[in-house]
Amino acid sequence: MGLLDRHRGYRDAYDAIRASGADPFNVRFDEMLSPTEGRMGARRVIILGANNYLGLTFDPACVEDSVKAVRAWGTGTTGSRIANGSLDAHLKMEQALARFFGRRHAMLFTTGYQANLGVLSALVGRGDHLILDADSHASIYDGARLGHAEVIRFRHNDPDDLYKRLRRLEGVPGERLIVVEGIYSMLGDTAPLKEIAAVKRELGAHLLVDEAHSMGVLGDRGRGLAELVGVEADVDFIVGTMSKSLGAIGGFCVSDAEDFDLLRVVSRPYMFTASLPPGVVASTLTALGRIEQDAALRAKLAANAMRLYDGLNAMGFETGPQPTPIVAVAMADPASALAMWNGLLEAGVYLNLALPPATPDSRPLLRSSVSAVHTPEQIDAVLFAFAAVGGALGLVRTPQRVSA
Amino acid sequence: MTVNVTDFTLTEIARAARSVLGRPVTVTSATDIARDLNVDSLALMNIVMELEDAFDVSIPLDRLAPVQTAGDLAALITELRERA
Ligand SMILES: Cc1ncc(COP(=O)(O)O)c(C=O)c1O
Repeated sequence: MGLLDRHRGYRDAYDAIRASGADPFNVRFDEMLSPTEGRMGARRVIILGANNYLGLTFDPACVEDSVKAVRAWGTGTTGSRIANGSLDAHLKMEQALARFFGRRHAMLFTTGYQANLGVLSALVGRGDHLILDADSHASIYDGARLGHAEVIRFRHNDPDDLYKRLRRLEGVPGERLIVVEGIYSMLGDTAPLKEIAAVKRELGAHLLVDEAHSMGVLGDRGRGLAELVGVEADVDFIVGTMSKSLGAIGGFCVSDAEDFDLLRVVSRPYMFTASLPPGVVASTLTALGRIEQDAALRAKLAANAMRLYDGLNAMGFETGPQPTPIVAVAMADPASALAMWNGLLEAGVYLNLALPPATPDSRPLLRSSVSAVHTPEQIDAVLFAFAAVGGALGLVRTPQRVSA
Repeated sequence: MTVNVTDFTLTEIARAARSVLGRPVTVTSATDIARDLNVDSLALMNIVMELEDAFDVSIPLDRLAPVQTAGDLAALITELRERA
């Protein structure tokens, strides 16, 4: 028996998808024309399936600073900071992130995934309690598995359910750490963070917010959901990523916690992997500056998100509960989701197909993420494609005639 | 006595599974949760959430790794209730 036989069930499901003539899990771009447009073979496609919220991947200053850093410092660090030393840029980026969030401490990780692994596994241990929103990202679940705390889930975005589950633990020894996200990556809904913070204060717990999709997106200064709803003082740890609004790769945690630096010598996903390469740290440092200085980017992003969200709803598509830059359309079944995804791609629109169990409610989703640098014309072209393909598939009634 | 507690727990497991899966299920203590009920990891976590409320007890996810049958799950719930 082959070792991979255990995954046979996935083979059958994957083959069934490919038999339909599409392979949503193996998409190849032959050229990136801009943050919002790519080429696949001869076809130009609008990219609506990235997390490039501010469009900074091609920002001239970010690119220039990255190139300069590669020339000056080389292509990689070839090791971990604990074993092989830090670069000046690592420390500068940590200082910049701490200042940006108004916190005393910041620590970089090589990805956002590793930041959750490294922070969650180190903050709580045997006899402690990790209380997760049920719809948490895989990196949060995996971080929970890497550590030794007891893991309890509460119903998604339900502060009363969180309250009930924390009450159930009353009298049980051990620390409690609540983990929620700023914007949830599948449906684009935000956490009811004010209410969650109130539960935290009443019952006594620590609170960690993963602002992966909300940093640079929400809040007057772009600090995320905690800033937007005014509860930053209640948030003990913020985890984030440099792979989305900052346009490169990397993860981080910021906090005012005493002895925060101890994490550097106990967090295995920090210690036992190579640190971020200089070119990446340089571009993200410049990108962070753009977030701080250019509030207009966030305003454009919000306007684009609203345009897509309203347009899809007007056509009768079922979207998530809130207009954020993540706009997801729920589909009735995998077959229509796949047909729609494929039709959109042929019409020049690339977005993400998400299938259960990676989606809430066991429904397939067509997930888009909007960028500040999408033009209104691009958003309208996307809406036109949704109407045409959805109409042709009989998913929405549409008055528009399908024409090229 | 133990038998009755287990029977009652199994009935509740069946009820929670029906509610999460939205289809009829039969559960005995030998029922293999993944294979016989065709339950993936997410559905199992959701079933556990229902059971936490039914029994007013915390069932930590890290305790589910060795759980294979409905009988295993019933035994875990009984143990956690006695601890509480
Ligand atoms: C909520 C959340 N946390 C963490 C991550 C991981 O980030 P990264 O891509 O930097 O590893 C993601 C994105 O995939 C995410 O959606």
